[in-house]
Amino acid sequence: MKTFASSPSKIYPLLVLLVILGPLGNVLLGKGMKDIGAVSSWRPADLWHFLAQLSGSGFIWLGVGCLIAFFGAYMLVLSWADYSYVQPASAVAYGMVALLGHFLLGEVVTPLRWTGVLIICLGVLVVGHTPPRTTESRG
Amino acid sequence: MSKEIILLLLIVVAGTGGELCVARTMQAVGPASDLRPAALIRLIVRALQNGWMWLGFLLMAVGFFSLLEMLSLENVSFVVPVTALSYGLGALGGKVFLREQVTRRRWAGVLLVCLGVGLVLIGQR
Repeated sequence: MKTFASSPSKIYPLLVLLVILGPLGNVLLGKGMKDIGAVSSWRPADLWHFLAQLSGSGFIWLGVGCLIAFFGAYMLVLSWADYSYVQPASAVAYGMVALLGHFLLGEVVTPLRWTGVLIICLGVLVVGHTPPRTTESRG
Repeated sequence: MSKEIILLLLIVVAGTGGELCVARTMQAVGPASDLRPAALIRLIVRALQNGWMWLGFLLMAVGFFSLLEMLSLENVSFVVPVTALSYGLGALGGKVFLREQVTRRRWAGVLLVCLGVGLVLIGQR
């Protein structure tokens, strides 16, 4: 039985949101972390300095904001669909990451990696043809 | 074991474990009845009262900080696809921990996703 909860018309828009917000958040964090650099050591003073740099980065804040919004949408869609449906379906995000990494960060994406991304998307299509919800609420 | 491999393990295992805990929470909370703000806030409040949610937060935080550190070492278009190794673990967790019906078709999709990740990895090196 298809209910409000398991209706694809409710689930797909949220999956699109996940696909946009997740990669965008990761790319923004990637940009922020590239600017800051790796933690030089695990001494408290160095960690404190690292955290201060993190909190002063606009890219980090934007990235975290995107990931918080992503998480809200994620919770919502998980209330409607299986984890083993949502998780692979959100893999379209990997194509988005490759695109953003290539065009925003200037990273090199080889043809083999593009092929991998396409196969990931194919896998997502296959998962998308299974019922979104197969369990009852435990509540 | 290199730092990168330890970080990748933390990203995959802790990240997926955390997501499974959140999924378990949302199973317990039940489906959102509608998208009005009041209903969404009630949903979040109910979720925050569930212990699995907090364990999920903890595990996801471990995965997140591992991801942050990894992003400072490798390109984002390499790091993020590698985290897709969690798909196999996620499907298994969905079946065992959440009692979801992971059909052959769904497994096939997961397998394709893992294959794609493998190619992405080979393409990096």
